[in-house]
Amino acid sequence: MELSLLLIKALIILAVFGVTLLIATYSTYAERKVAAFIQDRVGPNRAGPFGLAQPLADAVKLFFKEEFVPANANKFLFIAGPSLAMLTACMSSAVIPFGGTLIIGGEAIHLQAIEVNIGILYVFGIVALGVYGIMIGGWASNNKFSLLGAIRAASQNISYELAMGMSIIALLLVTGTLSMRDIAAQQGEELFGISGMNWNIFYQPLGFLIFIVCAFAETNRVPFDLPECETELIGGYHTEYSSMGMGLYLFAEYVNIFVASAVMSTLYFGGYNFPFMDQLGLPHNVVTILGTVVLFGKIFFFIFFFMWVRWTLPRFRYDQLMNLGWKILIPLSIANVILTGGAILLKQEFFQ
Amino acid sequence: MQSLSNRAKKLEKKPMNLSERMYLPAIFQGLSITMRHFFKKKATIKYPEETRPMSAVWRGLHVLKRDEKGRERCTACGLCAVACPAEAITMVAGERKRGEENLYREEKYAVSYEINMLRCIFCGLCEEACPKAAIFLQNDKLAPARYERDEFIYGKDRLVEPMPIELTSSAAAR
Repeated sequence: MELSLLLIKALIILAVFGVTLLIATYSTYAERKVAAFIQDRVGPNRAGPFGLAQPLADAVKLFFKEEFVPANANKFLFIAGPSLAMLTACMSSAVIPFGGTLIIGGEAIHLQAIEVNIGILYVFGIVALGVYGIMIGGWASNNKFSLLGAIRAASQNISYELAMGMSIIALLLVTGTLSMRDIAAQQGEELFGISGMNWNIFYQPLGFLIFIVCAFAETNRVPFDLPECETELIGGYHTEYSSMGMGLYLFAEYVNIFVASAVMSTLYFGGYNFPFMDQLGLPHNVVTILGTVVLFGKIFFFIFFFMWVRWTLPRFRYDQLMNLGWKILIPLSIANVILTGGAILLKQEFFQ
Repeated sequence: MQSLSNRAKKLEKKPMNLSERMYLPAIFQGLSITMRHFFKKKATIKYPEETRPMSAVWRGLHVLKRDEKGRERCTACGLCAVACPAEAITMVAGERKRGEENLYREEKYAVSYEINMLRCIFCGLCEEACPKAAIFLQNDKLAPARYERDEFIYGKDRLVEPMPIELTSSAAAR
């Protein structure tokens, strides 16, 4: 019993890890294709059919390049930086529920690697750790531009984590739980007679807006990609990196995008729930598998949205970034918390 | 300051209104523009598989023509070399010997005929100067890029039009 449980958990963890890496790999391809399509080009189409082997070719190229360490760099930290960035990026997908329960042989198996009752806090902690990878790498390079990029990354992440946390607090007032599994399950309830439509976006539209802006900032994506601002900082924190060190940084960014998309889908867009999920009369396992497919659909949409925004908006100036973070998003998110709390109190007083 | 032409437009920098300060309408406008481009037809021509159609008057790689009996038309008069503004053409003339009547049309022919494609500017003046209608610039062939400079000097082996198939077979029958 105990052993089989361990085996199932190990299998799920392996699957989640593999899927995360696979999606991150093909995000690099998708990014180039989306960029090309938006700019009226065709994008990579030489390696394999439709250029589908392009990520493999990129990876092989990065592996075979020289791993160069600058003369006055701190060698240990120089290598620890990208490793830490990759490690933290891969850790955070562990608590995301990728589906409901599969019932096999009378036993319910949750499609989630690890259930912790403070799932959101775990994700937050890991994402906050992610900036250390950039900080360490930028500092260890012994290069002014890298250091500037790293400092920018650190201050940007701290600024936007506050607003993000505040927007999450408003969400937690609605859900009343920190567990990702419970939050996902709650959104499967009925709303106006449609099952699986009780999504948090209907209760927290402003919170979602703040969250998605902060998610862009946390993943260092355009329009908040100041840490790697080419025009001012050459390459930012990864100026001195070559070969797989560089590859890990870029890869970690895509893993982060995947995780941010998964978190947004789970917290605000109903996770694995889809409209009419209980009213179709399908067997439980089929509904679960459909739910997983739907969740990945939502995740892919958000990944596409990240890329769509990247090729639409220009980069913020540094003071504009800080203004937006401290003077607009944080007051807005505090107002959102107060409004949500007031609405919940009113509901308890008068409608129950 | 008084403007000289009185045509200068007076621009007033207005403070942004609420919807402009929210940036969101502008962002959605931008997103819709990029989405429209996403589905637009791409302008790319996938080169090795597709090629851009060439103009009918395109001046490409030279060819030395043969006449209807498969004899070289060039008589090595040198008018093309004189006409060439880039001095890309050189030739050595020779006298046709007995028994070579089926190879060369006139009594004088070009023993060697070279065009330096690095000098050539593809102006087509050689084609205009030729009294025997022997040299033409093709509209479907280019002088391709090469690794070595001497590979750009095209001799008769690469310039003379290959013998038409029906003539080679009839010559073999004879």
